[in-house]
Amino acid sequence: MEWLTAWQWSPYIVGGAIGVLSWISFIISDKPIGCSTAFSRTSGMIEKIFRKERVNKKQYYQKFEPVIDWEWMLVLGIVIGSFISAKLSGGFKFAFVPSLWQDTVGNNSLVRLSVAFIGGIAMGFGARWAGGCTSGHGISGTMQLAVSSWIAAISIFAGGILTALFLFNFIF
Amino acid sequence: MLKVIHKNRKLQLLLGFIIGIIFGFLLQKGGVTSYDVIIGQLLLKDFTVVKIILSAILVGMIGIYVLKSLKLIRLHPKAGSFGSTIPGGLIFGVGFALLGYCPGTVAGAAGQGWLDALFGGVPGIIFGAGLFAAFYPGLKKNILDKGEFGDVTFPQLLKINPWAVTAPVAVFIIGLLFLIERSGL
Repeated sequence: MEWLTAWQWSPYIVGGAIGVLSWISFIISDKPIGCSTAFSRTSGMIEKIFRKERVNKKQYYQKFEPVIDWEWMLVLGIVIGSFISAKLSGGFKFAFVPSLWQDTVGNNSLVRLSVAFIGGIAMGFGARWAGGCTSGHGISGTMQLAVSSWIAAISIFAGGILTALFLFNFIF
Repeated sequence: MLKVIHKNRKLQLLLGFIIGIIFGFLLQKGGVTSYDVIIGQLLLKDFTVVKIILSAILVGMIGIYVLKSLKLIRLHPKAGSFGSTIPGGLIFGVGFALLGYCPGTVAGAAGQGWLDALFGGVPGIIFGAGLFAAFYPGLKKNILDKGEFGDVTFPQLLKINPWAVTAPVAVFIIGLLFLIERSGL
């Protein structure tokens, strides 16, 4: 069972397995794998704590009801699955600052945390604007040959590559 | 039989959870729950992300179109428009480069102990999604529906047999992966 404790697998094995997992997801759940609506629903659930039933009147939450659904459970599962994999390979550890960040920006946790938070805001906003993320559009949508998903995937990588090149060449 | 399974809400929550566990396991084993790997891709230095995505598309696409022709599954392509898909994707990309994880891998990164993902990325994405919900009525009225093209797939758009699209896409993906390997990336 050495493959279970391996540090990393070939990207082709991992990609192929994600492809097969997508078939299974379509068969048993009639759903493509996706992640970003879970974050919308969570924001609605949190807002509900403060604003109660008024949240349900928001147009967007009528489209994506703030409840725990299939995709929400999938995202929770990702946390557990990654934890199991990292524990098996000995890769689990608590840390704030990734090594590439440390080499270019520094080891201040608060700076890293703030930029991660700001990046997260843009990501959450953009994902819902585009109607999907790297999984929903980038993997599940493209494999169905959806026109919207190919355009979204190209836009995501164009925006990501340009921003990363700018940040790492001029800012960090 | 399958329809009965699809309609069982509690069972579906469990199945979503199990699929998520396997997905998270694969993402971690692939190395894409790491900031360094994702930023390495965006800086065009490490092609792990592209290799995983392209091989997932290749295997997934062939299987899904076989299953569809056997009438075992239905497709669920997302609707899109120029006003939503392109600006949304670009804004997402900016966040992608700042955060270094995506909505799926941020969950995986949190699971393997990355606290920048857990305390920075996850609340950020939730906040950003909430912000979008607040701006949604105005955005919908002014931009989201501009240049709609619906939930169409390339075979539908081109009005050709799906296999006439899957075959060249498969050749294109294999060729691209071959080129990436040949150039030592």
